[in-house]
Amino acid sequence: MQEDEVLGKAYDGTLMRRLLKYLKPYRWYVVTGILLSIAVSAMEAVRPYFIKQAVDVDIKASDPHGLLMTTLGFCALMLVRGFIQYLNAYLTQWIGQKTIFDLRMEIFEHLQHLGLKYFDRNPIGRLITRVTNDIEVLNEMFSSGIVMVFSDIFTIIGILSFMFSMDWRLALISLSVLPLLFYGTFLFRRKAREAYREVRLYIARINTFMQEHITGMLVDQVFNREEKAYAQFSGINGQHRDANIKSILYYAIFYPGVELIGAIAVGLIVWYAGIEALDGAVTVGTVMAFLQFNEMFWRPIRDLSEKYNIMQTAMASSERVFRLLDDTTKVADPAEPVALGTVRGDIEFRNVWFTYNEPKDGTEPEWVLRNVSFTITAGESVAIVGHTGAGKTTIISLLARFYDIQRGQILVDGIDIRQVTQADLRRHMAVVLQDVFLFSGTIAGNIGLGNAQIPEDRLRAAARVVGAHRFIENLPGQYAGVVKERGATLSVGQKQLISFARALAYHPRILVLDEATSSVDTETELVIQEAIKKLLHGRTSIVIAHRLSTIQSANKILVMHKGEIREMGTHQELLTMGGLYFKLYQLQYKDQELPTKR
Amino acid sequence: MKPLLRLLPYLRRHRRLLVTGAIAVVSSNLFTVVQPLLIGRAIDVLNAVLQKGEGATGSLAWYAAAVVGTSVIAGIFSFLTRQTLIVASRHIEFDLRNDFLAHIQKLSLSFFQNTPTGDLMAHATNDIGAVRNVVGPGIMYPADTLVTFVMVISVMVTLDWQLTLFALVPLPFVSYAVYRLGKIVHQKFEARQATYSELTTRAQENLSGIRVVKAYVREQYEIGLFRALSLDYLTKNLVLARVQSIMWPLMFLLIGFSLILTMYFGGMRVISGEITPGTWTAFFVYLGMLIWPMIAFGWVINMLQQGSASMGRLMKIMDTPADITDGPGTDRSVTAVEGALEFRHVSFRHSGAERDTLSDISLSVPAGTTLAIVGYTGSGKSTLVNLLPRLMDVTGGELLVDGRDIRTIPLDVLRSNIGYVPQETFLFSETIAENIRYGVDGGSDAGVREVADIAQLGKDVTEFPHGYETILGERGITLSGGQKQRTSIARALMRQPKLLILDDALSAVDTYTEEEILKRLRGVMKGRTSIIISHRISTVKEADMIIVLHEGRIAERGTHDHLVAQNGIYAELHRKQLLEDEIEHL
Repeated sequence: MQEDEVLGKAYDGTLMRRLLKYLKPYRWYVVTGILLSIAVSAMEAVRPYFIKQAVDVDIKASDPHGLLMTTLGFCALMLVRGFIQYLNAYLTQWIGQKTIFDLRMEIFEHLQHLGLKYFDRNPIGRLITRVTNDIEVLNEMFSSGIVMVFSDIFTIIGILSFMFSMDWRLALISLSVLPLLFYGTFLFRRKAREAYREVRLYIARINTFMQEHITGMLVDQVFNREEKAYAQFSGINGQHRDANIKSILYYAIFYPGVELIGAIAVGLIVWYAGIEALDGAVTVGTVMAFLQFNEMFWRPIRDLSEKYNIMQTAMASSERVFRLLDDTTKVADPAEPVALGTVRGDIEFRNVWFTYNEPKDGTEPEWVLRNVSFTITAGESVAIVGHTGAGKTTIISLLARFYDIQRGQILVDGIDIRQVTQADLRRHMAVVLQDVFLFSGTIAGNIGLGNAQIPEDRLRAAARVVGAHRFIENLPGQYAGVVKERGATLSVGQKQLISFARALAYHPRILVLDEATSSVDTETELVIQEAIKKLLHGRTSIVIAHRLSTIQSANKILVMHKGEIREMGTHQELLTMGGLYFKLYQLQYKDQELPTKR
Repeated sequence: MKPLLRLLPYLRRHRRLLVTGAIAVVSSNLFTVVQPLLIGRAIDVLNAVLQKGEGATGSLAWYAAAVVGTSVIAGIFSFLTRQTLIVASRHIEFDLRNDFLAHIQKLSLSFFQNTPTGDLMAHATNDIGAVRNVVGPGIMYPADTLVTFVMVISVMVTLDWQLTLFALVPLPFVSYAVYRLGKIVHQKFEARQATYSELTTRAQENLSGIRVVKAYVREQYEIGLFRALSLDYLTKNLVLARVQSIMWPLMFLLIGFSLILTMYFGGMRVISGEITPGTWTAFFVYLGMLIWPMIAFGWVINMLQQGSASMGRLMKIMDTPADITDGPGTDRSVTAVEGALEFRHVSFRHSGAERDTLSDISLSVPAGTTLAIVGYTGSGKSTLVNLLPRLMDVTGGELLVDGRDIRTIPLDVLRSNIGYVPQETFLFSETIAENIRYGVDGGSDAGVREVADIAQLGKDVTEFPHGYETILGERGITLSGGQKQRTSIARALMRQPKLLILDDALSAVDTYTEEEILKRLRGVMKGRTSIIISHRISTVKEADMIIVLHEGRIAERGTHDHLVAQNGIYAELHRKQLLEDEIEHL
């Protein structure tokens, strides 16, 4: 949160060069935008000229026809200018949006290829901010920012050149207030920004307080703290009000101040015109044109000072975005990968050591797995049991190569999994995680995960095999039925069955299953047990088992404890050993022999 | 617009500022309107000098000074306007936000269970902000517009009413265009925001489910989906850009027509000698002055509509009645609570639920004894204890405290005698000492240390950077689950309650520390009533009475030995935990 608040300088060469690269595909549009801006500015500057023409030539000569022509010319100018202004405004937005689209896709694609380690370290909320907020900020710079800076500068130049060509002395006189305007604007911007920052600070405090005391409202109530909390809130709320009132003061001085500076310029023009008039060196038209110029000058100057703020936030955002793009926490694919081809499904863990956090100073890390070795022959099913924190889930993550191991080897069909691409490896396995993750979309979409190579009837067949077909048929919309965010409308059991169907639809050779612990009603439980049996049938499988039925049907059981394999064997063998497994069995699994009793 | 009437009491409270502001707006505009007149006169003088060669240019300096002078006076009033009207709007925002909090503080658990925190936050920030806009700019700009309008037009009419008519024809279209386009922009903006939140949700889902995405090699597909949404967002943005892009050029064009009409017809009248060039110039300046009010007019109408909708949403919350309060049955003479509890066929059902969460609970807890409650998740344990501080009221049967109906005891008396340690520990981002002192007025440092020691927190605190003054939460340190629970226990003990409720309050504390806490608690809780909910047998076995809740009913009751002998749910739990201990020690 705080990281996102820091504002630095408004210009950083390295960052800027890198940002400008994103404009490169649209460089001709940018050039067009700048040209159009110049055209608009030129026309803006020409406007008072028509009035001068009307006064000094047409009216002086009492020429109604000339006045009509001048008016029509003015009319045409307004129309053309309006049209070009519209085109230009749209074009600049278009450039910004296109650039932002490219950048957003680049970040998203980059995120898809980062290793899980990166996601373990970075809260999702922060990553989302990169893909959304930070990029929106850059939009402003890409669209209005760059093109409008040119436009404003050209407007100012245009107005200046007209003024000087008409009457350079009057120009100098009317511009003499400019330093005052610049200084005033600069001072105001700085004060206003400070005040704004203070307001933001108090808003953040109000929000934090509100959030905290709404969440903790019961504590406030039970501890009779309502009045004190109210007083405290009222204090922060008051500070927020006062900060705002302070910033109102700046605005209250600034706006009339600008008007006053304008009035001073008008006064100077009128006064000096009088002096020049004595020599006949000035015309009424010139004076009127100058009065118009005086009004037009203010806008581009104000805009330019706003650009400073835009640039400042854009720099801060782009720095964060680029830091994300430069992160290379990845599980790397080999340069010359071996193709797995058809997989039989032999798995071997050979003296595997693994830790999530490798200490940088070379000290002995906290191993999550220590010297784990086992083999699974193709078609076999293996159950892993053990207490929480024993390292069961880690084994699964390693087999799918979500992380790379520090020591040892993991082999599939005798090939080290680091020699094949991750896509190739994972294509042959299906991983069912403990917390079923459903995407918002349709039921079918959640089974096939949008894989076009899995036809609709294969999805249905998979659902039928795992016994999900029955409840899906009863849903409104059936396979096209809507799944809300995280499958909010489905029961725990239904979600599990969908995840089973998902695994099966991918026809994996190797099945990895982390059984959910949450309890479901007896009927669903029986359906799930049946489904698991079918899932495991005929393929190599590793199951983190919580169900007695799953364990009993496994060919082999690995008993893990504190990162090591303590016991290995079949259910009966391990029971007769009377060791760790025996105790785990009594604690976790024995009750399940009588499914009617809780 | 009707909800905005509810703002009247707030406006009345700050009427002095508002009235001063109204006067300032009028005065400021009076002096601004004079300026074009002065400029017009100056141009006429100049024209006369140029055409007739008369040397009267000294008066021009006087006009110049007058322009600056009126600008100064107008500026002072304009300053005053902002210092009164806009300041008043900030005061009203302050009042509204305070009232909002004061009101929701009175609402009960069920309200918060049914209203997402995010919604309440949005009311407190966005909606109150929209209402403030109505009070501040919503009053200032219309006042500004009206005054400028009346004055400028009356001056223009006296100068030349025919030219005024010509010049003003396009201006109503400006207001109308701003109003219409503003509405369309608002719609397109909402549509864009909707897509934006879809995009955000998609990113959120994708990143939360990144394991599934990777496991099934769906990265490319996900990228495709995100690209489609991004493209949609791009399109919506460009649609919005199209409307917004047309806004200003159209505005200038409409205003341009005013200028063109003034230019031609005004010019013709100058040629025919009906008006002077100075008057003509003044018309241009006046037109310039009317542009902004006309734009503001359309803008303000949109703002009023949005403010009214926001006020409506706010009022919906403010009109929610507080359901658990002192009532006519409250006996004000009750000033103390002894802690004897009696449940008589108590049942509880959440509003809208089909089944009772608690049914037919009959139970007596004499003052000074300890009651322990065990049972599976969802068996109603927390609901049962939530009835005691009246976070919820019973929906059937009677709950008696010291022999009287709990609803007759003043709420603050009842609650100030209860030390409540909720299941989900909630601490505030303040110092540890402040958190422990949360439920008492004052509270000495020695007292804080004493209860912290009982809760076995003292030793941990000495290791924190600033001891008891260490700040918790985002800006400070993060406590472990066990430390949080122990702080929460210390907070409850600090009140020296007659009734202590521990709702699974030791779950994250290790067994050794738990033992210590319980030992010390037995000392301080002598003569006070305690209710302990726990999953651990070790926590509850010493209680005077243990009840086992199952599906909202009392399934077993008795002492530890008695229940173990019964060989029911409790005995089963007991056996499992013995095994668990054994495995822990392998």
